[in-house]
Amino acid sequence: MTNEIYMENIMDHYKNPRNFGSLESPTVKHIEYNPLCGDKIEMSLLIENGKIKDIKFKGNGCSISQASTSMLLEMSNGKSIDEIKNLTKEDVFEMLSINLSPVRMKCALLGLDTLKNAILIHEKYGEKNE
Amino acid sequence: MKLLSMNEIREDFPILNRKINGKRMVYLDSAATSQKPVQVIKAIEDYYRNYNANVHRGIYQLSVEATEAYESAHDEVASLINANPEEIIFTKGTTESLNLVAYSLGNRIRDGEILLSKMEHHSNLVPWQQLAKRNNLKLKFFDLTDDGELDLSNIDELINKNTKIVSLTHVSNVLGTINPVKEIAKIAHENNALFIADSAQGVPHIEVNVKNLDVDFLAFSGHKMLGPTGIGALYGKKEILEEMDPFMFGGDMIREVKLNESTWNTLPWKFEAGTPNISGGIGFGVAAKYIKRIGIDNIENHEKNIVKYAYDKLNEMDNVEIYGPEKRSGLISFNLKGIHAHDVSSILDESGIAIRGGHHCCMPLMEHLGIAGNARASFYIYNNEEDVDTLVKGLEEVKRIFK
Repeated sequence: MTNEIYMENIMDHYKNPRNFGSLESPTVKHIEYNPLCGDKIEMSLLIENGKIKDIKFKGNGCSISQASTSMLLEMSNGKSIDEIKNLTKEDVFEMLSINLSPVRMKCALLGLDTLKNAILIHEKYGEKNE
Repeated sequence: MKLLSMNEIREDFPILNRKINGKRMVYLDSAATSQKPVQVIKAIEDYYRNYNANVHRGIYQLSVEATEAYESAHDEVASLINANPEEIIFTKGTTESLNLVAYSLGNRIRDGEILLSKMEHHSNLVPWQQLAKRNNLKLKFFDLTDDGELDLSNIDELINKNTKIVSLTHVSNVLGTINPVKEIAKIAHENNALFIADSAQGVPHIEVNVKNLDVDFLAFSGHKMLGPTGIGALYGKKEILEEMDPFMFGGDMIREVKLNESTWNTLPWKFEAGTPNISGGIGFGVAAKYIKRIGIDNIENHEKNIVKYAYDKLNEMDNVEIYGPEKRSGLISFNLKGIHAHDVSSILDESGIAIRGGHHCCMPLMEHLGIAGNARASFYIYNNEEDVDTLVKGLEEVKRIFK
């Protein structure tokens, strides 16, 4: 049932997103879009000694994309870059613990895509690149 | 012509009997693609079962039948919009039709201005934007009024002696606005500019008479007017089409080919290179015939009634923002305040209701409206008041979940 995805913890993260905003001097900043619906997530990361020291996101989108990003960031803060790189979409689905249709899976994964691509950009271009 | 009853019409659309999540399906996304009547489905099947052959090739019986059916489909589509059959080029849809003009005719334009509006679908924006880049032309845009109509206050400035092309949506796929294309085409012509109408949301829903509108080109899609996907048309004035270079080259579009030069086939075949979408074309013709049988006036009237019914119901609800002018074609775009359109359509799906949520391929318009996207309910001949009532009930459920 679709409406089961609107569980309490998801609505809570949607209405009160954690780590919302942007860092003043991030190590890396990255934006991803979902061209299907125009959803957008901007992430700023502070990376020190191979670890995420601070992370924030901004964006607009549906409850699933916003809540899953909020939950993902809560989980990622303090983790090493290698740990982030090992995150899979299954981890995200498990974190959400709801059944999603293929279209809504894209919503749920927008945050992870943004985070992983931010890390890739950081690794490719090094410190202080946006 | 006798107005067919609602039940008779609904019986022609077998898909309407489907259940979604155990509920009666309510299809409110005809602006994305319409459902297909059994007459269209059968015509496609009939071609593949009984006379499948290439067109304009063989002199054997099957090919003759296929050619006749494919050519007469052009006649059916032409007569729907009061064009001559040779002025109707079958394409894969509105997008290809507009690209055809932008490449074939647009590439010759070396300087000047192209005028569009802020309510264009990407398919009537990106081809011109890219042409402007290729040939260093200037892009201009009609602004919009708060009501969601074209702001014509500075039209004298926007259309001037430098204007080469004016290309506008006939009916907005988001706002439902019906643009005064006839009046604007006249002003374009007075300035020696060409006028192109993107009528993807026009031809299926309102009376379109190209001679009366006096547009130079008009693009539309089969699948939004009860026909199959992958087929659409470009209407163009004969004298302009004859002057234009072909858009694609290959089989069927030639008269004579030598190793170093070629001459072109007559209209419209000059613009239909390669084996065409024969079954699609035949289905498109049957769809046009179906619309003529129902009567475009009846379709227009039916949509006017149902959109008014829906507008009044939505307007009564709290926290609903409706976009677009009061006088509109058969669709309503709206937002429930604070709730993303994807969440709205996701929850409605649970009740068997199909609506579209997102930017509707109109990102600049969304930016103009200051929103990321919205939800859209669009209606066609097979929708009834019960569909609207189910939608309203579904929206109450959305509000309850997001309370």
